[in-house]
Amino acid sequence: MKNSMNTIQEIHNAFDAGTLTPLELTRTYFETIKSSNHNAWITLCEERALKQAEELTTDLKDKHGGKVPREALPLFGIPLGIKDVLTMDGVRTTCASKMLDNYIPPYTATAVIKLEHAGAISLGKLNMDEFAMGSSNENSAYGSVLHPTHADRVPGGSSGGSGTAVAAHHCVAALGTDTGGSIRLPASFCGIVGMKPTYGRISRYGQIAFASSLDQIGPMAKSVQDAALLCQVMAGIDAKDSTTADVEVGDWFQTAIKTKIDDAKGLRVGVPKEYFIDGIDDEVKNAIESMIQKLKSEGAEIVPVTLPHTEFAVSTYYVIAVSEASSNLSRYDGVRFGVRPSEAMKAVTLVDFYKKVRSNFGAEVKRRIILGTFALSSGFYDAYYRKAAQVRRLMRTDFENAFQQVDVIVSPVSPSTAFKLGEKSKDPLKMYLTDIFTIPASMAGLPAMSVPVATDHQGLSIGMHLIAPRFKEEILIKAGRVVELLAGGVK
Amino acid sequence: MSVQYLGQTVDHNTEFETVIGLEVHVQLATDSKIFSSAKSRLTLGESVSEESVNANTTEVCAGHPGTLPALNEKAVDYAIRAGLATNCKINLKSVFSRKHYFYADLPKGYQISQFDLPLCEHGFLDIELGEQGEVTKKIGITRIHMEEDAGKSVHEHGFSLVNLNRAGTPLVEVVSEPDMRSPEEAGAYLRKLYAIVTCLGICDGNLQEGNFRCDANVSVRPKGVTKFGTRAEIKNVNSFRFVEKAIEYEAERQRQVILSGDHLVQETRLYDSQKNQTYTMRAKEEAEDYRYFPDPDLLPLVLESSQVESIRASLPELPDQMRDRFMKEYALTRYDAGLITSNQSIARFFEESVSIADGRSLAKTVANLLIGEAGRLLNEAAVSIVESKFRPEHFSDLARLILDKTISVTAAKQVVIILWQEGGEVSLIVDREGLRQVNDLSALEPIIQKIIDDNPKQVEEFRAGKDKVIGFFVGQAMKATQGKANPAMLQELVIQKLKG
Repeated sequence: MKNSMNTIQEIHNAFDAGTLTPLELTRTYFETIKSSNHNAWITLCEERALKQAEELTTDLKDKHGGKVPREALPLFGIPLGIKDVLTMDGVRTTCASKMLDNYIPPYTATAVIKLEHAGAISLGKLNMDEFAMGSSNENSAYGSVLHPTHADRVPGGSSGGSGTAVAAHHCVAALGTDTGGSIRLPASFCGIVGMKPTYGRISRYGQIAFASSLDQIGPMAKSVQDAALLCQVMAGIDAKDSTTADVEVGDWFQTAIKTKIDDAKGLRVGVPKEYFIDGIDDEVKNAIESMIQKLKSEGAEIVPVTLPHTEFAVSTYYVIAVSEASSNLSRYDGVRFGVRPSEAMKAVTLVDFYKKVRSNFGAEVKRRIILGTFALSSGFYDAYYRKAAQVRRLMRTDFENAFQQVDVIVSPVSPSTAFKLGEKSKDPLKMYLTDIFTIPASMAGLPAMSVPVATDHQGLSIGMHLIAPRFKEEILIKAGRVVELLAGGVK
Repeated sequence: MSVQYLGQTVDHNTEFETVIGLEVHVQLATDSKIFSSAKSRLTLGESVSEESVNANTTEVCAGHPGTLPALNEKAVDYAIRAGLATNCKINLKSVFSRKHYFYADLPKGYQISQFDLPLCEHGFLDIELGEQGEVTKKIGITRIHMEEDAGKSVHEHGFSLVNLNRAGTPLVEVVSEPDMRSPEEAGAYLRKLYAIVTCLGICDGNLQEGNFRCDANVSVRPKGVTKFGTRAEIKNVNSFRFVEKAIEYEAERQRQVILSGDHLVQETRLYDSQKNQTYTMRAKEEAEDYRYFPDPDLLPLVLESSQVESIRASLPELPDQMRDRFMKEYALTRYDAGLITSNQSIARFFEESVSIADGRSLAKTVANLLIGEAGRLLNEAAVSIVESKFRPEHFSDLARLILDKTISVTAAKQVVIILWQEGGEVSLIVDREGLRQVNDLSALEPIIQKIIDDNPKQVEEFRAGKDKVIGFFVGQAMKATQGKANPAMLQELVIQKLKG
């Protein structure tokens, strides 16, 4: 099957050999998408994508002599899916919310521009949890996304559409965004690689904000090398995003390709005692411990570390994330942004109008706006937001201390494998705990990755979570690749 | 009936004192907006037309989902200038916060401002008080912080319309200490602050366009009491005169409320300049909770002290320094020099005028013309001298003609009015209007003689010792000569004739 090739490299080789063209590949993906009932996509950009693919196909022959210009256009002819939280000029961008059902942005997100400038083709906009708030992709105004292989289960969230689309071969790779685990969790549930780079690595310009101090764009792919390549293309300082950092971007793709199992030797792998707690599925626990053993037998040094403030991670995360969300979502008031339902047009006062417009948000979004509004209100700010910000600093220090002794920290991505649709949607707290292992790295702004290492007895994927120090994507990719090789993934 | 206020028994004989603190929004004259590349200001001569509504916006100032602010360094530079010129300490680390409220012209649902860590703090400026500006008073400046402006709402024909051209325009808010005690002091403070920001070139100073807007916090208390009374905040007054009048009205209103035994409430009020009244906009209880928190999209603003010092070194001559120099260099009184230098364009115009043909000796006369007739016309029309038909040579020419007695001061005022209306050349206007002063004794003598002959009653009065009637004769003679007579010469001649 043309669209089940594992890596961008393989596809480029097929382009070179003349056995495949960008146009054929793009068409095949659209066929797969259309015959699928995963509900992974909200909007397809078929015309736009086919036009891009056609041009690239012509260029390949006429301009590039049939050889993919890998240096200049490293993503030449690679069809991608874009999470519907990222803006594309002239393409409806909904954030999976009824509120933005009719929103057509007049500009394109920096990350998407960079990918397309590198030759990538955007197939369309992927389903997600509304405003990226959720861990199961059940919070979409456009319906739940189904797990790629188990239709009664969730793909994880919030980048559930991205997870399923990549795993079900709807596209080569996809963009997700990660605030507390929204790339890593669905990657783990869907059995693919998901990477959240360091906060400040990739411009957030054009990423519709959920929690600005945590949000980060990242790739979801079938291999560590593809994730590394996408990340490398998107990374770099952007004058439009003041929080991007001027830190050199390495050739991470080459790093991934060159890494061998042998590179496990001397790798110092930290295992935090706080991450191996009661409540983790035995199968998950065993899979991760077995991978740790494999690393050890290949020469890695396994070091027990401690991250003492981990127990406060979920609660502080939810204070900060909901506070920022309540602020970021203020603009959806029906005046400039936000659909005006017909009841709102009958409103007599401005306040009444706001009430009617804003009741259009989904239940989880409303819950978070209300919590965040409370946490920021005068009299409570010190006890909640300020306190959470202080705890966050302590969590950063925890990691800094741990990284004195180790190169990477590993853990499960989530305590369980993909759960059933509806299983946790009535219990927000239970749902929030799904992200217990991914949240700390988000709070500290660290680069982290999910790599599939095993499947449980039902055939559901188990991901290993790797965390590296700030701006050490190089180490993360190297370690991730070792794990991928040890797990018998992409050769 | 005895009434208590601030722990004191007060009645109609109690002397009250007004306590005033001002918050001034100064629009910074940067080319682009504070957080986006959109055009920020009208270029000279450009006017606001319907077609240009929402033209100066990008996705950032329109608050499109996914957009992020990127701080305009020029705006920071300008804000630092404002701080340095008002003797503030510049905080090397300051923080932008989000101030939340819902309103149709606020696209993001929050305004980016500075809250607990502003850019500038602990400054002051000196104001001049008294008839001749002989008394100096120091007014404390609590803080100067940077923020973005909101858009503009227009309510008409049953619709509310929003124009986002102003959204994201850079502002500094200059917050004073409650150090002012009268409307005059508030007026002097505003004029001085205005003089400083326009002199720095960081503000276009167009009051009609809202480049310089003032909120006044006003309270009253029995004189001698150190506690503060309940204050009212009067919002958004954009004329110095109206601020003074609003404060005057508000202080008296508060005094009446207190004396009537009623309870004053802390509230926000608006000033209606037509009725010269303030009225309630919202009470404190209804006041919003702005839910300030540090904007996660913007890193703290961190400056090097060398940056601040190089800005300090590049500051222009400030109004106070300029005033002192004008006193020394042009022998102007402190009062005149103060008035001239309170308006940057007038000050520059004055210097140009005086520099023409090295006319230092003309300085005092040029100053008088500028402060007097020309100043009045400019103020009434609210036009900057640069935009008017006045040219520097007009005033040097006029001053020269006054000093060599070719025209009278009265005639000069007429010329100023003509120049204001149509521009032109002074000597041509003087000739055309026949304003050359009659310095010829022989021409004046018969005219005075006729007046004396026609007014025997007044002649009698003079002889009875009523010197005042001299004025009557001079006035009549002026009238007869259509103001062209040299007044000094006329006076001398009248006395001579009456005595003779």
